Amino acid sequence: MIKDPRTGMTLIVKTITRLTVGLILLFGIYIILHGHISPGGGFAGGVIVALSFVHMMLAFGKDIAASKISTNLASNLESIGALMFLAVALLGFLGGTFFLNVLAKGTPFTLFSSGTIIFSNISIGIKVGVGLFAIFLALVILEKSKQEDNS
Amino acid sequence: MELYILLIFMIVAAVAAIEVKDLLSSVIAVGAVGFALCLAFLILKAPDLAITQLVVEILCLIILIRATIKRDLPLAIEGRWVFNTISTLVFMAVFLLFAYFTLKELPPFGEPIMAVVKKYLAEGVARTGAVNIVTAVILDFRAYDTLGEATILFTSVIGIMAVLRRPGRKQIK
Amino acid sequence: MGLYFLCLALFCVGLYGVLRKRNLVKIIIGLAIIEYAMNLFFVLLGYRFHGRAPIDAQDQAILNMVDPLPQALVLTSIVIGLGVTALLISIAIRIYEKYGTFDITKIRKLRG
Repeated sequence: MIKDPRTGMTLIVKTITRLTVGLILLFGIYIILHGHISPGGGFAGGVIVALSFVHMMLAFGKDIAASKISTNLASNLESIGALMFLAVALLGFLGGTFFLNVLAKGTPFTLFSSGTIIFSNISIGIKVGVGLFAIFLALVILEKSKQEDNS
Repeated sequence: MELYILLIFMIVAAVAAIEVKDLLSSVIAVGAVGFALCLAFLILKAPDLAITQLVVEILCLIILIRATIKRDLPLAIEGRWVFNTISTLVFMAVFLLFAYFTLKELPPFGEPIMAVVKKYLAEGVARTGAVNIVTAVILDFRAYDTLGEATILFTSVIGIMAVLRRPGRKQIK
Repeated sequence: MGLYFLCLALFCVGLYGVLRKRNLVKIIIGLAIIEYAMNLFFVLLGYRFHGRAPIDAQDQAILNMVDPLPQALVLTSIVIGLGVTALLISIAIRIYEKYGTFDITKIRKLRG
């Protein structure tokens, strides 16, 4: 079904996509995790993760991308991301106030050096990435169902 | 100096985006404005913003092209055109005049006052452990704003799914 | 001062698109241009001559950074702008399905 010439784009686009979509996803995860050391953070990394899924959907057609992440799974993941961010905020109550940074802070320039900032980055990255992919999925499913109604 | 050139390029591209009759060409011109804005953020020493603006611009272009690809429409101008244009231009002239008087009160370009940020810069790395000061500000010192922004994104995703839903279309085969 | 003025001129170009155009997609494009102009204005307020990017390095002094507070506020504003544009485009798609046109004067005439 991947090599089917009727859905998606031409063969050259499909080959290049198969080679690069994993690298784009890995780059997005790298930018999310290193948000407190180098420029980037949760928002930029989340949008890059969403772009990798959109790339797969544009090249292979709607069916293969929807089989990787369906609409229900996208909605659930986005809600889980938002609830994780609230959980990190409520964790601050252990120290005294809302949103306090309570975990230990190690030496700077290492990966686990900033307390709760890295967990906030991960939850924001999941939420933004999956949410923007859900927007694109809603747009594409509408087109397909409209064409089925007309034909 | 480079900022002046970039801003004039952005104004020319924006005028082209508004005035061109073909919808696909105006969407591409908006993409040019967005990429020039990313370059302006790089010149103004803001790397976080440059990365975010670049990828957001790409996604916005994909969504806009998706919406306008088969739905073009020729238009004709009819009725009360002179009065509308002149009143809009008068409004903009008044706005720019008051803006000139207001902009004289700001500190000159390149010497900000930085009254609040001195405390964040002095104890930012020691108190939060994050080396990136912008991340420390949005996720530790001002985390309420990030919570509000997460709520706005959540609401917009729910709104799009509610608008684009087709009610009662499950076909029983 | 000239830079602030050019930024507000870009805002006026977008405002002209929102007020005077009859195609719905042109109105949405005008709103996007207004957002770009305001984000640029905010970041221009915080620039400092001969400053560095607000990221601490291992061997430099911390004193001469540009202002990181407008950059933090604009970072969320960029992603919010994307959400607003996507919602407006989805409403425009629904309007095109129901009325067959993007023209705002004809949308007013066809009722129900």
